Order: sequence, then C-alpha cells, then structure tokens
Amino acid sequence: MKKLTSHRLLWPAVVLIALLLANLLWNHSFFDITLRDGNLYGAPVDILRRAAPIVLVALGMTLVIATRGIDLSVGAVAAISGSWASMYIISSADGASVSVVLTAVGVALLMALIAGAWNGFLVSVLGIQPIVATLVLMVAGRGLAQVITDEKILYPDNSPAYKLIGGGYLLAVPFSILLAGGIFALTAVLTRKTALGTLIESVGVNPEASRLAGVRARPIIFLAYVFSGLCAGIAGLMLTSNSTSADPNSIGLFIELDAILAVVIGGTSLAGGRFSLAGTLIGAFIIETMDAFVVIAISARSTDVFKACVVIIVCLLQSSRVRAWLLNVLRWGRTPTRTHHEPPPPTASKDLQIPSPIATDPATDTTNGSETTNGSDTKTVKATS
Amino acid sequence: MTESRADSDRPVVEMRDISISFPGVKALQNVAFRLFPGEVHALMGENGAGKSTLIKALTGVYAIDSGTISVKGNDVLFSGPAQAQQAGIATVYQEVNLVTNLTVAENIMLGREPRRLGLIDWRRMRKHTATVLKGLNLDIDPGSLLGAHSIAVQQLVAIGRAIDVNADVLVLDEPTSSLDVKEVAELMAVIRQVRDKGVAVLFVSHFLEQVYQISDRITVLRNGELVGEYRVAELPRLQLVSKMIGKDLAALEALEEGTKREAVERTEGGAFLAAKALGRKGSIEPFDLEVHPGEVVGLAGLLGSGRTELVRLLYGADHSDTGATTIAGQDVKLRSPRQALNLKIAFASENRKAEGLIGDLSVRANIVLAMQAERGWTRQIPRRQQDELADRYIKALDIRPTSPDTLVRNLSGGNQQKVLLARWLLLEPNLLILDEPTRGIDVGAKAQIQKLVAGLSEKGMAVIFISAELEEVLRLSHRIGILRDRRMVDEIVNSESTTVEDIMDIIAAEAQPA
Amino acid sequence: MSTSLAPVTGAPRSRQRFGRFEQYTQIGVTALLLVIMLIVGRLLYPNFTSGQAIFDLLGKNVFLIPLAIGMTFVILSGGIDLSVGAVMALGSVIAASLLQAGWSAVLVIPIVLLAASTLGLVVGIMISRFEIQPFIATLAAMFLARGLCLVITDRSIAIDNSFFQSMNLAHINLWEQETVNLRGKVRITDVYTTPSVLIAMALLLVAFIVLHYSRFGRTVYAVGGNEPSSRLMGLRVDRTKVSVYVISAFCAGVAGLLFAFYTASGDPVAGIGYELNAIAAVVIGGTLLSGGSGYVLGSMLGVLVLATIYAYKEFDGDLNTGWTRVMIGVLVLFFIVLQRFIVTRRRR
Repeated sequence: MKKLTSHRLLWPAVVLIALLLANLLWNHSFFDITLRDGNLYGAPVDILRRAAPIVLVALGMTLVIATRGIDLSVGAVAAISGSWASMYIISSADGASVSVVLTAVGVALLMALIAGAWNGFLVSVLGIQPIVATLVLMVAGRGLAQVITDEKILYPDNSPAYKLIGGGYLLAVPFSILLAGGIFALTAVLTRKTALGTLIESVGVNPEASRLAGVRARPIIFLAYVFSGLCAGIAGLMLTSNSTSADPNSIGLFIELDAILAVVIGGTSLAGGRFSLAGTLIGAFIIETMDAFVVIAISARSTDVFKACVVIIVCLLQSSRVRAWLLNVLRWGRTPTRTHHEPPPPTASKDLQIPSPIATDPATDTTNGSETTNGSDTKTVKATS
Repeated sequence: MTESRADSDRPVVEMRDISISFPGVKALQNVAFRLFPGEVHALMGENGAGKSTLIKALTGVYAIDSGTISVKGNDVLFSGPAQAQQAGIATVYQEVNLVTNLTVAENIMLGREPRRLGLIDWRRMRKHTATVLKGLNLDIDPGSLLGAHSIAVQQLVAIGRAIDVNADVLVLDEPTSSLDVKEVAELMAVIRQVRDKGVAVLFVSHFLEQVYQISDRITVLRNGELVGEYRVAELPRLQLVSKMIGKDLAALEALEEGTKREAVERTEGGAFLAAKALGRKGSIEPFDLEVHPGEVVGLAGLLGSGRTELVRLLYGADHSDTGATTIAGQDVKLRSPRQALNLKIAFASENRKAEGLIGDLSVRANIVLAMQAERGWTRQIPRRQQDELADRYIKALDIRPTSPDTLVRNLSGGNQQKVLLARWLLLEPNLLILDEPTRGIDVGAKAQIQKLVAGLSEKGMAVIFISAELEEVLRLSHRIGILRDRRMVDEIVNSESTTVEDIMDIIAAEAQPA
Repeated sequence: MSTSLAPVTGAPRSRQRFGRFEQYTQIGVTALLLVIMLIVGRLLYPNFTSGQAIFDLLGKNVFLIPLAIGMTFVILSGGIDLSVGAVMALGSVIAASLLQAGWSAVLVIPIVLLAASTLGLVVGIMISRFEIQPFIATLAAMFLARGLCLVITDRSIAIDNSFFQSMNLAHINLWEQETVNLRGKVRITDVYTTPSVLIAMALLLVAFIVLHYSRFGRTVYAVGGNEPSSRLMGLRVDRTKVSVYVISAFCAGVAGLLFAFYTASGDPVAGIGYELNAIAAVVIGGTLLSGGSGYVLGSMLGVLVLATIYAYKEFDGDLNTGWTRVMIGVLVLFFIVLQRFIVTRRRR
C-alpha cells in the first residue's frame, strides 16, 4: 500500500479520475461512445482528440525540461510546419495524391527538425540560456509562417489524405490519437531502452557530477531540442489538417503554455532531472478534461482562469517551502520523527574484495551473481609484516 | 598598544555554550568563544571542525539551537545578516560577496548611499569612496566597474566596505586566499590599523604564517568542539598543528592492527603519469609529480593547502595554465574529465553530494554511470548486465541497503562513498584519484576502504590518496607529497620510521622568506 | 602607517576606464542600429524621417513604452514577466466596462492601476516568498489576466466617456511643417504629438530617476547582479523582488489605459504577444537577460527600433507582416549572441 501511495503518479491520476467523475455527474451521457459509419464518437473521444497535439508537444517539452531547459518556440514551429504543408498541398495540382501529401509532410517535418537543431545549437554549443534562445524562434517563427503563407489564411480542402492526419479515422479510431499514442510509445522506448533517459536525468539532476563522470552533455541536450522540434512539427500538421482553415497567426498559439503545464502537473520538475512521460500524458488529459468540465459546468470563457488557478496550486504544492509548512501542519499532534539517517554501527571489519576483471563483451560475460570469498580470482588483503 | 590590553577585560562579543545541529551532523557542541576589542583573534580548525558554522552563527546566517550570543553586553538573537550588521558586526567572506556589475564606489556604499533631497548624491559618494580607498592604499578609480579588477582587488574592496561601516567587530573569513605577497602585506597593515582603533577582529585563515604574523589570540576547534583558547605567544606552531589535527587514537584502536606500507619505493618501471610544472593561477603553484603503477602516492596538508586543486588538474576537471602532463608515455593536454577517463584515469571528488552522486537516481544507475557515459547514449548496457554489475559491487563493497533500486540520496555517507568507488572501480582505471574518501564515514567503513585501497595497489593500480587524517596517509602511501599554502613543499618516501610528527613538522615549518 | 608600502594598483587604468565605457557599448550599438535603420528608411521612403513620422514612431507604439519600462525593472532584477500583455488588456477591459457602467474617469483610472498593481503584488509574493520560478508564476498570471478579461467580456467594449474621448483625439501641436505629398501638392500641417506620449515620457523620466538616483534602484541592480551577495550585504532582497513585479504590473496598467485612449475601447484580445515585444525591446536596448546590467533609456531605444520596423511595414503596404516578426527575431538573436560574448569575455 505504501508503494502505491508514494508513487509519483498517484496524485495526478487521482485528479484525473476526479475530473472524469465530475464530468460524468454533470453530464450523464459523458462516457457514451457511439459507433457511426465505422468511426467512434463521443465526449471521451473528443477529449483524446483535442489532447493529441498537446500530448505530442508536451512529450518533446518533457525531455527538454528534464535537461534543465525550456522550449518556447514549439507553437511557432508548429505554425511553420503546418503552414508549409498546407501551402504545398493547396498550390499543387493534385492535392489529394498520396505522394504530394507525403512530400508536404516530409518537407514540413524536415523544417521542424532544422528548427529544433537551431535551438539545440544555441543552447548546447553557444551556451545561451534556453528561455532566451527559444524566444528568438518563438518570435521569428511565426513571422516565417506568415511569410510562407503570404499572410493568407489557407483552406486545405482538397486533400482527404492530408485531412487524415488531424481529422481522419483509422480503424474506427481518430488517426491523431493513434499517431500521438504511437509517438508516445516511441519516446518511451527511446528513453528507456537506450541510455538516453538515464543520461538526460543525470545531466538534469547534477550537471557537474555528470561532467566529472564523463557524460557528454552536449549531444544529449542537442538531441532533446531536435526531438522537441520534431514533435512540434507533427503537432502542427495535426492542427492544420484538422481545422478547415490554417491561420499562421493562430496555429499552435499558446500551445507551449499548455505543454509546460502538462509537464508540470505530471510531476516533472521545471528545475530538471527526473521526468515522467506517463505523468505528462496524464497532465495533458487533466488539462483537456478540466477544460471540458469548465465549458459545460461554468462557461467556455472561464477556462483560462481555471487553468491559471491549477498552475498556481500545482506550483505551490511543488514548492519546498509550502510542502514544509504543510508537513508541519499535518504532523501537529504527532511526535516528530527524525528522518535523517544515523550512521550504521561500525561493521566488524569484513574485508572488501575487488571484483575480478569484467569482460567487456556481454556475450562472453559468464560470471554469475555470486561472489566467491576465497576464490582464486580475487585477492583479500593480508597483513604484510 | 598597551591601552588596548586594558579593555581586554570585557569582551565585545561573547558566545557561550553554542550548539548547532543539522540532520545527522552535530556541527557545534557547547562551544565558547569571545572577542576582545583591539585584538586580532584567529579561529582555526580543520574541515568539519565547525569554524564556518560558528562564524555563520555570529553573522546571523545560521540560527543557533542552544547557547547565547551577547554583543557589547546585550544578548542578541539574529534572524539574518542584516541584523548582525546592525548590531555592529561586519563580515568579509571568503568568496567575494560583492556585486561585480556595479562600480567600486557603489559596492562600498551599497545600502548606505549618501542622499540629498531623497536622491543619491553621486559626487559625495565618489569623494567618500576615494577616502576609503586611500585608507586602504588602493589606487583605483572609484567609478570603475568592480568586475574589471582582479579577485584580489575585489577582496580588498570588500574589506574596505566592512571597515567603512565602522563596526565594532570585523570578521575576516579567509581574506587572503586570493592575494599575492604585496597585497597580503597591505592587508596586514590595514588590519593592524583597524585593531589599533579598538575594533575586535576575527581572523580565519589556513595560512599559518599569516596567523602568527597578525594574531594576538588563537582559538582551536576540532570536530565541532572547543579545544582551547590560547595567547599566540604561548602556542608554538607544532602544538597548534597537533591540536588542530588531533589524534583520534581511541577510534583507530578499534580497527584491526593496520599495516605500514612496505618500505619499498614502487618507482621501478616507467611512471604512468608524470606532471611537470603543472599549475593554475590562483589555484595551485606549479608542481612536479610522478605516479607509478602499483604505487600509492599520498597527499598531505591542511585544508586549503591545494590538494584538491592539484588533483583536479590531473583529471582535467580544471584547466592548467602552465606545465605539461605525460600519460603512459604520451604528452597530453588534459581538457576534460571525458578525456582523462579515456586515458584510464578516474577521480572520486571529496564533495560527494555536489560532484559525485546523482542523488535522485538509484544505486544501480549511479554505479554504471561512468561506464554508460563511455559507451554513449545509443549503446545501453543491457539491463541484465547492469543488475549483475550492481549486485557484484554491492556485495563486494558491502553496500547497505542491498537493493540496487535504493535512491542514492537515502544512503548513509559511508555507503554513498562506496557507491562512488564502485562507479570508478567498474572502469578498471590505471590511476585512481581518491580525494578524502573516508571523510564523514563511520569507523568500520573507513577501515574497509583503507584496506581496499591497499589491495588495489597490490593489483597494480596507481592510486593518489588524499586525506586529512595523517595516520591514514601514513598507513597506505608509498610516497607522500606535502602541501602548504597552495604549493607542494616536499615529497618524502614513506619508510618504517616515518611518523605523523614528521609530516606535521613539514607542514608546520616556517616558510622560508621569499 | 601604510605610506611605506607602494599603493596597490587595481587593473591598469586603461582597463578600468574601458570597463566603465564597456557598459555603454551595448547601448551604443543599439543607437547606431537605430540611426542606420532610420537612414535606410529615409532612402527607401522619402517621408520616412519627416517630423511627423518621427513622432508617429512614438505615437503609434505608445503602449509599448510603459511595457518596456516595467519589463526593464523586472529583467534588471534577474526575473522575467510574461504577463504584461495580458495585464494591459485587462486594464483596458476593466476601464471600458466600468466606464460603460457609468463610473467617472476620475475613479476608473486609479482603480485600473490598483487592480494591476495588486496582481503584480500577488505574482511578486509567489516568486519571492514561495520561491516559484518567475517564468511559471508570470505565465500563470498571464492566463489569469486573459481569463479575467474573457470573463468580463468576449468582445471589445467601446468607450464613450468624454475624458477618454478627448484623450483619444487630442493633439498637442508642436510646430508647423511643409509637406509635399506624392502628387507634388504642398501643404502646411502641424507636427503634433499626443498626451499619451507625454505620459509615457513622464513615466520614462520617473523610471530613470528611480533606477539611477534612488537606493531602491541601485538595489534592483544589485539583486540582479548577484542575489546571494546582496543578501549578505544586508540589502532587502525580498522586498525589492516583490516591488519590481508590482512596478511591472502597474506599468502594464498604464499601458492598458493608453491603449484605451488610443482605440477608445477595451479589448480582451489586445496585446497578445506584446510581452515578447517588450522583452525584445529590452534585450535590443542592451539589458542583459541574466540581470544586473542595462539602462531604461536603452529600452526606450529598443522600443524605437521596433517602432521603426513597424514603420517599414506601414510605408510599404506590400511588405508581409511576417517579415517584421522575422526582423525582430533576428535582432534579438544578434543582441543575445553579443551579450553572450560580452559575458564570456568578462568572466575571463
């Protein structure tokens, strides 16, 4: 039980469940999912679909924040990639053909990767503060999107293939949900099946100790920003293909704020270090579910105020001062327990052994877990006279 | 000078029975301390002795758990540095605590700028600052940016600020660490001036020379407790050093009878690492050092003598200004830890928390970190192998608790140190540098680690071993380098007859006039 | 005494003197940039530097000036404020809705300023007392302010209060000037400016005096330069940090009132992105984003640089608005990289 209550994801999960229940209480048909024309519809589907672009951006943002950075340019990058793709499809002869769509998507994502690499370069090579470095692209990026679309609002109506990304269905499920889910899975694999996750956390928790341990921070930080750019690019495609119009001014506007919020609610600290992709996912769902609730229960215009209050409460709870005060209040009446560690009593001097040379090739590593105490391949220290 | 002695009946600051504890550490226990007007009082002690804690209690940075502080006869309770300043205590810290982006004049007068009709009177400020600088014999432009000057000059400006406040007590915490000979002489003159005006000066320094030059009184702390207060004339150098270092014989007797190093110089065969005239300005004077395979080179010296700075140069953690390093016959310019690790040199920092552990990660992750860093992020050490390696070292080094998933910040100091050792041992370095590996560890773990070090050198690993406990250094080293005041002053072979006193003698010896 | 010893000299005199002027190099670069941009504009469009056009630089961007002033205080102290655009909108919306309900201007104006300052106070306390990072705290404030705007109204509210109307239309005629329009017709018009510009200039003057002639101002610089040292020097760091956010929000409230004067309305979606413009103006004006270094007059120059960029767009109808944003981004980048090199040089 203790393991469950101390799990990091507990509180975000509880909040999410509470919001879902609140929605249900207000609207008894909240969980009704219907199947029409072979596609799923319903309030939960809408929430998932609206959350998809935010989840994407928040995934990239999670990694960047874990390296003690921030990426404010994701909205602008989304605008660039979405505008470009829309522009290309509209101005091409056969917007519905798959090859046109693929080219549009490919080039748009390439631009997003370049944007991410640019940010990565500024932060990891030039050593510029992340807020400042990504601010440049945040400002200039939207301008570029406007230049790309010639300041027009686009209506990429001529391409169902493109529409698939944001608005279409695959196997009865909205494609965007599948896409976001797929990228989530990919990110999880990328961070936990390679050493990337651990090294990111290491750099974020203690950059100096990591440096002294020989960790090369530069490529890791660079990669985080490139990934963030890519995620923003995909999100941009989702957003523009889903709406009937692509306005370079408003694609992804404020999405960086929602993404940061999702990351923070999900338990990753803004100061960097340990991160949780699942937490970010839950955080994004919390935002959308809360929005849905506020819209039906209060008014559509109050969502921002509520978001602000949630941010403030979450930040206060994460602040160590507030936590210390709360713990004091909760502990009132109980005898204070010392939580520091008394050093263990002196151990009888058991000899420490130096393990035998380690085979570097895992395939030939045949040693088992047990350590021989008097084996021939270890030496215990004897007193020499 | 004799009139200041008459006032010495009544101390201007009196600290009685001061105790301060932090989680797991008793920093100060029932310490008494007094400052008399018109006197320079030196506070001395090794690392962990409690000096800086005592100063921070006096200057309002720390709150005391028990005991009393009285200033000019009144009991005081400081809730912050501002209050201590108001009570008449001015402090100059070891790190220059000024604002480098403002001018010299502004730094001296910050918070007390002269005003006319509510607005700052810049002209009066410049004039006043010029007077202060003249009193310090500092020939600099008051309108110049503080950051344009060297740390040494900045430090003198900080002292100027403290003096200008006309405090009753002036606390100088390691004020000379960045000053050269001329500047130190200047500072001494200023301190004498201030003392003669009746100010009580609290002087903290590791430089024995300076302490003996300027102080009237010395208080020695050790392990958070008061050893004693002495008049300078009654305390010869060697006695001072032995009181500071102390001999915790009782603790050591609990260990199995340790061994003296074989009186054999392990210098046959080529040196693995040879440093020639390696140095870094403001950090460590150029030094020569050779380390051979299978040899343990101990570095002895007081805190602040430059031992850590020296080894950081050998690891590439800091960049050297002068000199050259040869490793396994190749000339190298060490520029980063990554480079040193590639050359099979490993370094265990004395500052476990800030420079060693990744606190929020598990024991397993910490142990394999350096090996993983070597492989890069794309080639993850397979989980099975990670587990196996972690288990192996947890058993071998007797790390407790034994679960490799334990977060490293929840371990005791001794076990944390072992985790770090495991990290480096995993790499099988040719040279392992250990900076204070047994500090803050229980006696049992200390013994284990000492024996481990001996065993490593038996197997052919070169080791550089730094410890403040001279017995440890004696027990383990083949050769011992001795540092004082940021310079390597001597190198001796550890023979059967070498004793701790011999080392202390060298440390305490009067510096030859430059 | 110590006369027997040779005096300790600091850095060589030349370096000391250079150090003093080094602070001014950045602002010099900005001024130079502005001059170049004006010249380029003049070459491209004949009336670019006519008397009125210069005053229009101020007049058309008048609400950016208080925003940049407030942002300068915050950034000098080492923080950042992302909420200023939203607070400006909130100020205009509160003013418009109260005026619509019949309140008099004499009451409305102080109320708007008080409301803005209160929000700033809350943000300041969150940052200094609860140690929440300025970035996220002001982000929350931005959401809150925008949200409150939307709660009050979802479309712009027209203002027909007589005082506000008069401020909207008032011209302060300065001197007469001959202009030749494109068809060769000569006219004599008055070069004018508006009371809003004078208000903004007055605010600038006050800010200058506070930052350079008051203890509070010097403390702001100290806190931004080195917060831990400032604490140890006995300065009232917490109080200063709270104050700069109050000042920033107050200035945003002023900007909101100026907006209301200019457009004779309150608009909940006004000022989206204005905080970025304010930050850009401050960076271009030579203030270091890490704090402790910079001049509010520099920020004013930064505003003029931005104004000139917008003027390019005005004079050339075909120019894509996107290019103005790109130019601003490029300039910010240039100054950031410049700052980085200055900082690394200083550290050596």
